[in-house]
Amino acid sequence: MTGAGIAVIAVLVLLLFGTGFLLGRTARPVRTSDVGTPVEHATFETLHTASLAAPPLRTGLTEESARRSARGLRSLLGTDALCLTDRDRVLVWDGEGDHHGKDVMDHVGGLLASGRDTAFHSDCGDLDCPLRWAVAVPLTVDHRVLGTLVAYAPRESAVLARAAGEVARWVCVQLELAELDRSRTQLIEAEIKALRAQISPHFIFNSLAAIASFVRTDPERARELLLEFADFTRYSFRRHGEFTTLADELHSIDQYLALVRARFGERLSVTLQVAPEVLPVSLPFLCLQPLVENAVKHGLEGAAGLPRPQGPVRTGGTPIRITISALDAGAEAEVVIEDDGAGMEPERLRQILRGEGGASTGIGLLNVDERLRQVYGDGYGLVIETGVGAGMKITLRLPKYRAGVHGS
Amino acid sequence: MSTPGHPAAVAAVALVVLATVLVGGFGLRISRTTSDFYVASRTVRPRLNAAAISGEYLSAASFLGIAGLVLVHGPDMLWYPVGYTAGYLVLLVFVAAPLRRSGAYTLPDFAEGRLESQQVRRLVSVFVVGAGWVYLVPQLQGAGLTLKILTGAPGWLGDVLVASVVVVAVAAGGMRSITFVQVFQYWLKLTALLVPAVFLVLAWQGDGRPRVSFEEQISVFRADHPLYATYGLIVATFLGTMGLPHVVVRFYTSPNGRDARRTTVAVLALVGLFYLLPPVYGALGRLYAPELMHGGDADAAVLLLPARVIGGLGGDLLGALLAGGAFAAFLSTASGLTMAVAGVITQDVLPSRGVRHFRLATVLAIAVPLAGSLVISRVPVADAVGMAFAVSASSFCPLLVLGIWWRRLTPPGAIAGLLLGGGSALLSVAITVSGAVRPPGWPHALLAWPAVWSVPVGFLAMILVSLATPGRVPPGTNAAMTRFHLPEALTSGRGR
Repeated sequence: MTGAGIAVIAVLVLLLFGTGFLLGRTARPVRTSDVGTPVEHATFETLHTASLAAPPLRTGLTEESARRSARGLRSLLGTDALCLTDRDRVLVWDGEGDHHGKDVMDHVGGLLASGRDTAFHSDCGDLDCPLRWAVAVPLTVDHRVLGTLVAYAPRESAVLARAAGEVARWVCVQLELAELDRSRTQLIEAEIKALRAQISPHFIFNSLAAIASFVRTDPERARELLLEFADFTRYSFRRHGEFTTLADELHSIDQYLALVRARFGERLSVTLQVAPEVLPVSLPFLCLQPLVENAVKHGLEGAAGLPRPQGPVRTGGTPIRITISALDAGAEAEVVIEDDGAGMEPERLRQILRGEGGASTGIGLLNVDERLRQVYGDGYGLVIETGVGAGMKITLRLPKYRAGVHGS
Repeated sequence: MSTPGHPAAVAAVALVVLATVLVGGFGLRISRTTSDFYVASRTVRPRLNAAAISGEYLSAASFLGIAGLVLVHGPDMLWYPVGYTAGYLVLLVFVAAPLRRSGAYTLPDFAEGRLESQQVRRLVSVFVVGAGWVYLVPQLQGAGLTLKILTGAPGWLGDVLVASVVVVAVAAGGMRSITFVQVFQYWLKLTALLVPAVFLVLAWQGDGRPRVSFEEQISVFRADHPLYATYGLIVATFLGTMGLPHVVVRFYTSPNGRDARRTTVAVLALVGLFYLLPPVYGALGRLYAPELMHGGDADAAVLLLPARVIGGLGGDLLGALLAGGAFAAFLSTASGLTMAVAGVITQDVLPSRGVRHFRLATVLAIAVPLAGSLVISRVPVADAVGMAFAVSASSFCPLLVLGIWWRRLTPPGAIAGLLLGGGSALLSVAITVSGAVRPPGWPHALLAWPAVWSVPVGFLAMILVSLATPGRVPPGTNAAMTRFHLPEALTSGRGR
């Protein structure tokens, strides 16, 4: 019995180690036996070298990216030496004869201005130095010359000139992609900034006016409101971090509502339902506040017409009820913002979410929707249920964890 | 065996079930005025969260199992409560704060965030589901046993009852907030064990304080290799707690790493307090229900004692309280585990399509262990839970400890460690439960308490394969380490 048992265990352990070993093996790249004809082989090699040199360049033309891509570029061209410059200095020298580096900038000066390929003789006086001739090609993005690529050879070579031109064009494509990446990030940042800017004018004006009305009658309340206002603006205008936590966002909404209530008094009743375990969930910064602002606007409008919240303070009138709930739903949190205000024609809402709503309306909704989709994927956009006179219910789902999303 | 089949006990069970569903569905923080808006949106305090973790953690094994083991096997079994508690100490020292700072909700999240590999993520998911199922089976079986003792109902009824309550509460969206449910369950369990214990001890005093004797040893398989089994238990419980799926998800509720540490300290206190009680039942059981030592379900000792010692209406009422507490134990652990397992299934197994899939996953998460609990022959509940700890200790402990404290961990290393350590532990558990290798003898001991060898195997495999694949160290390792180990205020750059 005992012997048999030990044998069983031994076999099991061996099996497990075998599995692990096989798994470790498959992690390594497998060499194919069929490499094709020499021409095909050369093509593959070239493409492979090119693909290795590409990723560093995707970050733009810097000393670091130049250093990491230079070797690959030189082996593409098959020259003795290769040099990358930006507009002011040599970024990297790859290959032999780097004493030529100091006068490169003199040779490419004209090229940087004209943007045309140039070839020049580079005699350094050293008889053993193989670098006698060079071709310099510009690296242009959007008609701007960002830098140059200089390839050195022992003698004049039309083939090298042509190859250098092609490689430079390929490098330019990578740099353009880098530029594209950068402008995409800028666009997102600009959108967040636009959203911040959108909060400010009406709201700041109205809040200050409301606070002013309390200064004489209820100085203590005025002071509290001013502090709320300070906190709220500090949060909304903070510069760092693309993400925040649900707790912080709700806190900011609390301050926002306190300020709104200062203007509209008892007309506004807000109910908040929170499952406390979802409060640490990370989410894109200023994702809920615009939705609540939207709900308040709609509620106050009551009837159709453009929102004009900067109008005179209205007391009395129909009460507005807003419900905010944040509930636990497994690996996600479900946030619902509901108002019983004017609602909206579904078709009109569709227009807004397509970005055709016009300048003044629903930038908040569109912006939030886009940012959610961008961060979490298309399955996580806003779900809006509405009808004319039926209020509006906005539901959003936030995954509790998503790689790269860390609220601060 | 006299059964305390009093209607009061059935009423108590029904009440616990009802209260659980109600607190789960409506136990949200609700505010209607500005002033409490702030309170409602404040993150959970460490003490509250600690009560929730304890409520979720104290399972059937703690409520019924330990007393049964002490009754049968004597004071050696005190290692169980010690191990169940000490696991949190290891968790506190090595894991709590960095795990929280990683932002991970589940273990697969942690694996993905740290190792940047979908392969590792999927493998960890498999182990989470596996460990969760192994843990769920004894919970359901405990429920079956309890209901059988209370009402004489067939053994499967309790299993099905708890499983259906969990499905209804979790899948139907009834569990909108689980924190308050678990807090409620902790205090309920503590009360349910404490109050009868006081009465029982008083009755024992009135009885002339007969000495409890553990002299009479009976031949059971545990006596086979007691030292080895004890070490197996110690390794499994000390290192296994940190990886239990339902414990990990609760740390997400803490707002930051510091609070996660404080929470763990409070958990140590709360869990420690609770574990003072089961041995009392075990000792008294030895005295007043000695027949349980020889066959019969020793796990039932806790439920039987009030009727034996006190009797009458008082005994019935105390028995009812215990029955309610026991059901709270099954429900809280089962629902916590089901939610954790279902969360992993929705994220990593089914294509995510929102709430409907979560419901499907919930049914799946509980249906498999339910089938298991009906098919598999009963193992003492504390032993069965010990197996779940062993799986967790051999797979998640190396992953967490090395992932948090060792820069050179690589995805292939993690995969090798999980497969060799966790896989062998899971396999041992499966073989033990299937009854293919029976006691006595070393094979059974090795398979029933695998942690002694499977944990080192897991660590070694992870370290050696990682060292052999230095090129595969994830590029984001330094960033991840920085986030794990620095206080949030420093990494986020926030001034306040």
